[in-house]
Amino acid sequence: MDCTHAQTLLDTYLDQELDAVRNSEVEEHLHGCARCSQSYQDRQVIRQSLKTESLYFKAPADLQKRIQRSVRQAAKAEAPVGWFSWSWIKIAAPMAAVALVVLMIVPYFVGPSSDELLTQEVVGSHIRSLMVNHLADVPSTDQHTVNPWFNGKLDFSPPVSDLASAGFPLVGGRLDYLNNRPVAALVYQRDNHVINVFVWPSDSSTQSSAPIKTRQGYHVVRWASSGMNFWAVSDLEQNQLAKFIDLLKSSAGNSPS
Amino acid sequence: MTQAFDIQFPKRFVDSPQAPEYSLGKSRVGNKTVGGVVLTLGRQDKLVRFEQAILPHLNAAYNLARWLTRNEHDAQDMVQEASLRAFKFFDGFHGGDARAWLLATVRNTCYTWLQQNRRSQLTTAFDEEIHSVEDDTMNPSALALKSGDVEMVRESLEELPDEFREVVVLRDLEELSYKQIAEVINAPLGTVMSRLARARGRLKQILCSRLKEKA
Repeated sequence: MDCTHAQTLLDTYLDQELDAVRNSEVEEHLHGCARCSQSYQDRQVIRQSLKTESLYFKAPADLQKRIQRSVRQAAKAEAPVGWFSWSWIKIAAPMAAVALVVLMIVPYFVGPSSDELLTQEVVGSHIRSLMVNHLADVPSTDQHTVNPWFNGKLDFSPPVSDLASAGFPLVGGRLDYLNNRPVAALVYQRDNHVINVFVWPSDSSTQSSAPIKTRQGYHVVRWASSGMNFWAVSDLEQNQLAKFIDLLKSSAGNSPS
Repeated sequence: MTQAFDIQFPKRFVDSPQAPEYSLGKSRVGNKTVGGVVLTLGRQDKLVRFEQAILPHLNAAYNLARWLTRNEHDAQDMVQEASLRAFKFFDGFHGGDARAWLLATVRNTCYTWLQQNRRSQLTTAFDEEIHSVEDDTMNPSALALKSGDVEMVRESLEELPDEFREVVVLRDLEELSYKQIAEVINAPLGTVMSRLARARGRLKQILCSRLKEKA
């Protein structure tokens, strides 16, 4: 190491900020070079003279209070924002982004609700019954023929009503499969419109009903009463269907079968 | 002009982060730490954290401001203004070296003030080239500083240009590491090294000529 190089490193050496290799190189040079050694000693003397307490200006005693006062005032001035703080943004923004993505993605995985799925199933079942000439397993207009026919085929007895006098004659009954279980399908007719009424026991005994839904041109109505789920589906006009359902509800209440 | 330094910076001060004096992520009353993120609930909490981080370094802040303004009253104003500025931007401070962070703010505040108040001084300040090389004609033994020469040392240091004076103050009075100084003056380590070398060379020259005058 020559003098020029050593001189440029003297201060870093003095401050002990050199890496080990260069540190020993400078050290070695200083041993053999009186001139650099002298200027190193000069630096030490100067630094020593700087490290006296009287050159360090300590903050006046009241400065801290003065600063605390003004900072607290500044903090109060920030007050109108109330609970809202920009620091929340750091947390809220990513959370909002994640929530948005979840809201967009989840429907793809979760798919339609179970209610919607069952509606589709009911409509599908209704259409199939019209398609394959398999409307009824037991074609009969007599409720006392249709009802006993289900004995031994289902673990419940579906309420069958005779509404012929009201213009909704019974056509028959058949077994169907909905909602992962065998169900009773009761077939009524109004002019040329077929009404399928699917019946199976409900878990709860509460009365409930849902508004009419329309899928592919078919109206679907569901309700629950006396421990049974009812799903009626037909291409019949909505008013007529509603009238039919009212009749069905009242007759089922009157005549336990 | 900047001298080229072919120096591989020792790992020691490149990689090792300064141990944070105030770890703001630690649980404290009013803070909730969730996965390393500090939820700051309300301004009261911010105020408390700010005071805990900043107030211990008021002496350092004042000392730097005092050496840069060379005036007691202006120095106090600078520290107060810098504290307010620091409080305003405290949300951007994510723990780490609070002292270096505060000193950087104090320095910026002082330079803004210096530009407005002492424009002429700043422009004449930086003639690095003149005495950047070690002066061989100077008699080394002239540096016989005695303990009674404090006033002379103070005057010599005040005579240094701001850019030189601040690195000497930060290193020899405040005893910051090169890495911390680099953070405060917002410059690379190489600049810190060369500026310190030149500042001390210049200081030595000033001291020598004053000692000669005295003799």
